[in-house]
Amino acid sequence: MSASVQVRRFEEEFARLRRRQRIQLFGFALLFLTIFHFAAEFSHFTLERLAAGLPRIGEYIGKTLPEIGFVSLIGDVATWYYGFLKWLKLLGDTLLIALMATLFGAVGGLVLCFPASRNLAGHYSIYFAFRRIAEIARCVPEVVYALVFVVAFGIGPFAGFLALTAHTIGALGKLFAEANENIDERQLDGVRAAGGNWFEVIRYAVLPQVLPNFTTYTLWRLELNIRSAAIVGFVGAGGIGQELYQAIGLNYYEDVSAIVLMIVVTITLIDLACEKIRHRIIGRESLQWA
Amino acid sequence: MGLSAGSVDTTQLATWRERYPRAFARTPRERAILLACGFALAAFVVFCLVRFDASPARIVNGMERFAKIAGALFPPTPGEAFWDLVKAMLESIGMAFLGTLIAAVIAVPLGFLGARNVLPIRLLRFPIRRSFDFLRGVDALVWALVYVRAVGLGPLAGVLAIATTDVGIFAKLFAEAIENVDRRQVEGVRAAGGNAVKTVRFGIVPQVLPIMLSNVLYMFESNTRSATILGIIGAGGIGFALSDRIRAHRWDEVGFIIIMIIVVVALIDFLSHLLRTRVIKAGGNRPLVLAEDTAASRAPEAQGVPR
Repeated sequence: MSASVQVRRFEEEFARLRRRQRIQLFGFALLFLTIFHFAAEFSHFTLERLAAGLPRIGEYIGKTLPEIGFVSLIGDVATWYYGFLKWLKLLGDTLLIALMATLFGAVGGLVLCFPASRNLAGHYSIYFAFRRIAEIARCVPEVVYALVFVVAFGIGPFAGFLALTAHTIGALGKLFAEANENIDERQLDGVRAAGGNWFEVIRYAVLPQVLPNFTTYTLWRLELNIRSAAIVGFVGAGGIGQELYQAIGLNYYEDVSAIVLMIVVTITLIDLACEKIRHRIIGRESLQWA
Repeated sequence: MGLSAGSVDTTQLATWRERYPRAFARTPRERAILLACGFALAAFVVFCLVRFDASPARIVNGMERFAKIAGALFPPTPGEAFWDLVKAMLESIGMAFLGTLIAAVIAVPLGFLGARNVLPIRLLRFPIRRSFDFLRGVDALVWALVYVRAVGLGPLAGVLAIATTDVGIFAKLFAEAIENVDRRQVEGVRAAGGNAVKTVRFGIVPQVLPIMLSNVLYMFESNTRSATILGIIGAGGIGFALSDRIRAHRWDEVGFIIIMIIVVVALIDFLSHLLRTRVIKAGGNRPLVLAEDTAASRAPEAQGVPR
């Protein structure tokens, strides 16, 4: 076969490939545009609305920003943060909600996760039931729980704590169970062979393998819960969110920016701290394996 | 555990116990520390419960009311408004879709600006990256609350809220993906005579596009979940119907809506998971970079290679 024939065959092959790619791309573009059209229709999204809305957002955010002069810097910041101590206390409440919910959620998840693991549940129906419970508990958003618990337990941080706990139990239960299913089964056999019962198998064969995972998941959940704890206040479940909701509702513009800034700073600091701790745990683990 | 006594020499056991006490039981010091930790934890819990005003009477009353509510959730019924609820659900999904899309489009150029190998000037990059963090740090629900005040009730506020948070998330993820590209392909394009645009188009984009796509799909999935609750504060979608029914104590309809949310979210999870695995396969098994594990999963040698 001469070189020119080979080149021609290559070109033909290449052209065919390109054509197929173009058709595929066209198909995806069509699908995408259809979905886009329906999405815009269902959510009443038009460019005019967007164009009308954007300047108003700029205006609103402009109003929330405090007037801070260069000369009167300290006095201006003091006026801006006139409610600092009150907000700090509420922020403390938010942190307490998150901590308590993570603690109770982790304990609940720990109880739930063993019967929800395929390799530890014993019978398939037990596994199936507990796994579905965890998944359903995790599917319901915190705010929905909060709405219900506010009706049942009254307005305040207690409802928020219960709401976050319910969601956390499901989320951690599922994650823990997945960790349990990935363990080394030989250790289970070892404890069983030495005469251990189910609880001893869990304690001496499962827990040592999964505890580092459980800790990192719990810390990660703590970060998420702090964000959510600030949010559930919007529906009356206590903490700084409730204050923010009121500030926005009553148009205390400068309070809004002050509180949002406080929340963001707190969340960032805690994220950083949790990341540090997580990396230390992961680092120690990998050292042990080496 | 029931070890048979005959197989172990008891005198030997005593010497081992003396030599390695920690292998057999906790030392008194350790026990004291554990006990103190337990007490501290219990004190903390009690303190929190007092701070939360959780008197036993309140808990008992609340439990009773909650049990009544939980019973009233069943049997779930859509009421007279089944199609309205379906419409509201579609509105939520539409909000998630548009919000994710807008965010992704805005975040692509921002991601390039935030990448170390595209913008090597640290002084410029630092404020850009921090502003991503700020957008990310404020929850979509907070943005929604602000936007509802600014542009009025309705799905537009929800779309914008989702978009705002996601711009921060995407820009960060995209910037990290761009930083982690294989330099050899970039150098190859340049060696073949490609200019700056061609270097980006043929050297960087093919490497990061699958990662970007799978991130976008993942966020769409997670945004569907947020979009179902944005309505609770008036930003459109099924959440509005939900909070409305809860305030009116129409619990059977609440049950129906919650089940609807669970089913739809599970369905979208499933579809997006399917698509994501396909996208990743098309991209040659590149690891998916998620919001949680970006820093940890970054290969150390791929970090910080300014070009």
